Amino acid sequence: MKRLATLLLVLAASGCANVKPWERQTLADYTMRGDRDPIAEKNAEHMWFSRESASGGKGVGGGGCGCN
Amino acid sequence: MSLNKAVLALALLAVAATSQLKVGDAFPSLADSKLEGQLPADLAGKIVIVDFWASWCSPCKASFPVLNELHQQYADKGVVILGVNVDEKRADMDGFLKQHPATFTIVRDAEKKLVARANINTMPTSFILDATGKVRFVHNGFHGDTTKKQYITEIDELLKAK
Repeated sequence: MKRLATLLLVLAASGCANVKPWERQTLADYTMRGDRDPIAEKNAEHMWFSRESASGGKGVGGGGCGCN
Repeated sequence: MSLNKAVLALALLAVAATSQLKVGDAFPSLADSKLEGQLPADLAGKIVIVDFWASWCSPCKASFPVLNELHQQYADKGVVILGVNVDEKRADMDGFLKQHPATFTIVRDAEKKLVARANINTMPTSFILDATGKVRFVHNGFHGDTTKKQYITEIDELLKAK
């Protein structure tokens, strides 16, 4: 139980903020989108592929507002 | 208080803080929520749809034509639709309403008091209240025709029971 209490205390003091659904105006802004600039996205993909042999498997569906 | 009880109390508080208003709950008083805008004067005894929306929420945009239709169809039958805006700035709400006019009542929860008490899980969220002010149906998000059909079935059910 002391471990659980410590864990709760650490979580509470970690500085993580829970953004409520109605507080996501800034996150929903177009400038927060990772794919807003197609050229920059292609460059990044090319860099990941050539430097790290990584391709695909990135991004998630939906916008920053987390609606629906 | 023992450590066990303190941890349990904290856990219960955390659960309470994350739970949305549910079916059967009494909806918080609209009059005491310091909403900007004019509430309809005669809400008592009416079926009220309270819809939380914002200008930055795409599904909210899609929901407006449906809410306008429902307003046109049911306003005479004692159904009130109340759009509660939660934008940070009033100008954002006004800009949205110029592009997507609403025929139903719009108010603004500038202090976020009402939305915090409803503690909604997603945007948009709407609550259908019966004539006594109790939550009878909840819609999390807006899913086009599916949501529209649900609204109609639920409103008709409440009107029959009236």
